[in-house]
Amino acid sequence: MAMTRLEYRDVTMRFPDAAGGSVITAIRNVSFSITDGEVVSLIGPSGCGKSTLLNIGSGLAPPSEGKAFVDGEPVEGPNRHVAFMLQKDLLLPWRTILQNVMLGTEIQGKNKPASITRARELLQNFRLGEFANHYPHQLSGGMRQRAALARTLAVDPSVLLLDEPFSAVDAQTRIMLQQDLAQTLKRAGKTALLITHDLAEAVILSDRVLVMSRRPGHIVDEIKIDIGDRDDPLTRRRDSKIAAYLTQLMERLDIGHAELEEQRA
Amino acid sequence: MSARSRSTLIRRGTTVSVALFVLFLMSWQWGPALLGVPEFIVPPASQVFAEFLRMLKLNHLMFHTGVTAGEVVAGFILGSLLGALFGYTLAMSPVAEFALSPYILALQIAPKVAFAPLFILWMGFTVYPKILVAVLIVFFPVMVNVLTAVRGIDPDLINLARSFTASRAQVFWKIEFPSSMPPLFASLRIGATLAVVGVVVGELVGGNSGLGYLLTFGEGQANTPMVFVCILMLTLIGGVAYLGVILIEKRVLHYMPAPPMGGL
Repeated sequence: MAMTRLEYRDVTMRFPDAAGGSVITAIRNVSFSITDGEVVSLIGPSGCGKSTLLNIGSGLAPPSEGKAFVDGEPVEGPNRHVAFMLQKDLLLPWRTILQNVMLGTEIQGKNKPASITRARELLQNFRLGEFANHYPHQLSGGMRQRAALARTLAVDPSVLLLDEPFSAVDAQTRIMLQQDLAQTLKRAGKTALLITHDLAEAVILSDRVLVMSRRPGHIVDEIKIDIGDRDDPLTRRRDSKIAAYLTQLMERLDIGHAELEEQRA
Repeated sequence: MSARSRSTLIRRGTTVSVALFVLFLMSWQWGPALLGVPEFIVPPASQVFAEFLRMLKLNHLMFHTGVTAGEVVAGFILGSLLGALFGYTLAMSPVAEFALSPYILALQIAPKVAFAPLFILWMGFTVYPKILVAVLIVFFPVMVNVLTAVRGIDPDLINLARSFTASRAQVFWKIEFPSSMPPLFASLRIGATLAVVGVVVGELVGGNSGLGYLLTFGEGQANTPMVFVCILMLTLIGGVAYLGVILIEKRVLHYMPAPPMGGL
């Protein structure tokens, strides 16, 4: 049995309402775990607390109840096991791409020459080698997102938390980025939790898809994706089983029904 | 913008600027006479230039300009440092901001130049009261810009640094401080020109050196050309200070995309 990398154990998160009066329960009794090398997607309606789960996992927000574990250790705050990446590239405009990639290693006080070597390797892998000394504003959206991914991997985390990492780029760029991500995760044997709105993305990138309900969010279903070539989304995309998985996910999210009702009316 | 259209733009813009300057000098020289304005109201350009040469010899113009320039630089640097220091401190401590904001606001609303006579009472006819007025006047724009800049930083950027296990100091030096540079420099540009105002008011109120002193001296003698010379020299000091800030800004903010005209 493979080692559990990331685990949420009965996690509940409550926030005071914006008005300050009542309390909002964002997620309720969420439990799941991800084993070593697995890529799991999390889908659900907007506002169901997906990003809250990510903040809990990265140690930025402590849960109201329950606990998250990374590499078997309880998450008590930001730690070196986890790194996250958002829809925004969050590249610092005053740093070159290379310096941006090294932000995490620099903060963690890692050996500098080794970090530079590693950062250059990552940039090479993401076809950004010749842009190491460029500034972020000189790069396209897709390139910036690849640089952000390189920065996430530079600290060599055991778990990557990805919050809609490709939702801000155009469709073609997204396909390329998905390919880059899938191959990198496979090559490095990284474990990842991917939050996405894109059902197809969830299916083609993951080993498993978790479906969350409306607020208060909890896991309502878990679908194992039984297609090979997880490191090759371009091939996976053409697989005949994709349509069935998409239909299943839409059913679970109650997407189809609303449309049917509209058609009837 | 292509390099070619850019160079055309610069060439045309420069030509028009120079033409306007010549036109301005000509209308200053002959305009007042044509309109029947007496020379003691608006002295022609040549007379102001003659007065400038005379003042160089007889009134130690360069000494007074130097005194004023020194006060401007001292006031500007001290005021900016204090403003930045308070800005960063208040940005990082909401409690301090809450507690101090009424006092800072009161001081901001009070017309700073009105303090000049008070400072002269306290410190005598030295350079210090002038510098102090400049410090007060430069302080606020810098502090407010730094405060808003730090407060306006994308919280996700801070979270990114924190997720990499950054300490509070690391968040400041790696994210907050560099993020605040563009607004800080915008306020330093304003501060550079405001510092001249503060110093001149101080000099007008009391003392026996500086361009402000020469201004009142010229006024007392009804020497209009002398007043004009002083105003021009003050403008020059402000201009040089402003330019200095821009030169430093270009070095510090070299990573920013170049503005279309590379302008001011």
